[in-house]
Amino acid sequence: MKPVRVVEGRAVPLERSDVDTDQIIPSDWLKRVERTGFGRGLFSEWRDDPDFVLNRPDFVGASVLVAGPRFGIGSSREHAVWALMDYGFEAVIAPSFGDIFVNNSSKQGLVIVVLALADVEELSKLIKDDPSRLVVVDVDRQLVEVPEAGFQRHFEIDPMTRERLLNGWDDIGLTLLREPAITAFEATEQAPSLEGIFDDAGHVR
Amino acid sequence: MPTGRTLFEKIWEEHAIEASGEQTLLYIDLHLVHEVTSPQAFESLRLNGRGVRRPERTLATADHNVPTDPISTPVSDPVSRRQLEALEENCEEFGITVFPRGHENQGIVHVIGPELGVTQPGMTIVCGDSHTSTHGAFGALAFGIGTSEVEHVLATQTLPQQKAKSMAVTLEGSLRPGVSAKDIALAIVSTLGTGGGAGHVIEYRGDAIRDLSMEGRMTVCNMSIEAGARAGLVAVDDTTIEYLRSRPSVPKGDEFETAAERWRTFVSDDDATFDDEVVLRAEDIVPSITWGTNPAQVVSLDGVIPSPEGIVDPDERSTTERSLAYMGLTPGTPVRSIPIDVVFIGSCTNSRIEDLRVAASLAQGHRVAEGVRALVVPGSHRVKRQAEAEGLDQIFLDAGFEWREPGCSMCLGMNPDQLGAEKRCASTSNRNFEGRQGRGGRTHLVSPAVAAASAIMGRFASPEELS
Repeated sequence: MKPVRVVEGRAVPLERSDVDTDQIIPSDWLKRVERTGFGRGLFSEWRDDPDFVLNRPDFVGASVLVAGPRFGIGSSREHAVWALMDYGFEAVIAPSFGDIFVNNSSKQGLVIVVLALADVEELSKLIKDDPSRLVVVDVDRQLVEVPEAGFQRHFEIDPMTRERLLNGWDDIGLTLLREPAITAFEATEQAPSLEGIFDDAGHVR
Repeated sequence: MPTGRTLFEKIWEEHAIEASGEQTLLYIDLHLVHEVTSPQAFESLRLNGRGVRRPERTLATADHNVPTDPISTPVSDPVSRRQLEALEENCEEFGITVFPRGHENQGIVHVIGPELGVTQPGMTIVCGDSHTSTHGAFGALAFGIGTSEVEHVLATQTLPQQKAKSMAVTLEGSLRPGVSAKDIALAIVSTLGTGGGAGHVIEYRGDAIRDLSMEGRMTVCNMSIEAGARAGLVAVDDTTIEYLRSRPSVPKGDEFETAAERWRTFVSDDDATFDDEVVLRAEDIVPSITWGTNPAQVVSLDGVIPSPEGIVDPDERSTTERSLAYMGLTPGTPVRSIPIDVVFIGSCTNSRIEDLRVAASLAQGHRVAEGVRALVVPGSHRVKRQAEAEGLDQIFLDAGFEWREPGCSMCLGMNPDQLGAEKRCASTSNRNFEGRQGRGGRTHLVSPAVAAASAIMGRFASPEELS
């Protein structure tokens, strides 16, 4: 994945809680075998509504999404992350997130920022008051800033995720460096494998 | 004095290869694969010149996309067809056993793992599907992952993970008659909320859990993710061992007894402590349904649709208003007076033989109400064959239910089984999100018993209402 040090751009306030991954990308879009082109499906059931926030000209081209509590709950579909990134989002700020969504985001370089509810609400208000305001998410310094409004908040991020974002490390590449440890573990493994259970056609022997 | 370990800690420690900082490299014993979350992972393996490390620890089935029409009917949607073909091609290329549409072992991934006996106590199990928590009913640490993690497991048979916290959810006492495992699951999600289990592995404990069959335990563990928890667990006991005995993939004879002896160690020690504990009284749990658009919005079947009036928290109030508007419901309406259009009995939550037996016993001698479409979708071909051997298919057909081929079906509407806009569905599945079963569709989550009774009454109903 590409390294991410700072995300800088305009932001969209999505003032809804419990936005599940079915809302982010409906299941119809999950039939595709490609990894690209999901941006068109982002929030597709809400985008028919001309008043939906993403349809407002002020917010076109934004790169930061500001959401309500429990963003990305539900289905494990990584397509939700692909859709957000394909649309142009590089960071999501919310009071809390679904666990699997956070994992998926970290693999793709989508920056996940947890701020207190009051801070998220203040940030939303700043953007609504003036959608042209620049929002800065600094992964290196662990800060969210709206420089023009003097808004600055620290955020927590686990050190490994931070390192991986900053360096753009490939997770699998890192794990393969530990191959000898995996092989040593396999020499003592307890749980049986499926070897010998099914024939070539998948029938139980 | 050393303290005891939880079931979660035992499995975790047995699979920890090495730790660095907050992350532990965890060995994965079993990787279940389906057509939707895997094609991009296989493609990435090819692009990077990587193989599958342990194909014999990997098992694939078609489930999300498959039509539930007779197997002789071709897959009409070209995009779905391509994805189903891709699964078969990928599995062939990488040497993975796969059950394509119509195969005798094919079915919903969380139904076939347990019924084949490939899901075993003490294992680490992952799948690119959030309802992988289902397998925790066997005392296995099982959780859903995204496509990048699918690729990671294919390539390395491991996952770097942060250790979750532990939570005990204890159900004291016994369930009242007519209350099912699904009602337990809804009560737990309602109590914890959609985020209450986030960052935790839940162990379900207490007499009411011990009294459940394996099917019931799977229903409860299945919906752990609806409370935000990636995994749910139930400790191994006689019920677990007896379910596994004679399953195709478990050892036979003395070897089974040896395996069972090891499996029995997968329980939390008496003096183990949990990071969080929640206690529910089983006798307080009643037959319930969801009324809104998230699975924590639960109301008793005897209750009325709630009102946003008097909700102080502005976020909760606006969520309630939004849900009511989407669901087309008026506060104060008695649940039992609400008419339904569709009934769906199926999904990884409730499509096992026990679920179908309950529904069939209620359907027998009755007719589906006029204007109601009622689908029964067995979780797998094995479930379907068993049900047909017991004559359940004929009971359903005689009562006016559709008897269909196995798959995920209308739980998420990736196949042609979709809920129409503004249609109201009593569904035994796990998610009532907006548009989940079809764009504009209105989903109410219920138990198989309530689903069957509602199909016959044409409105939400409980079995006692059937004369």
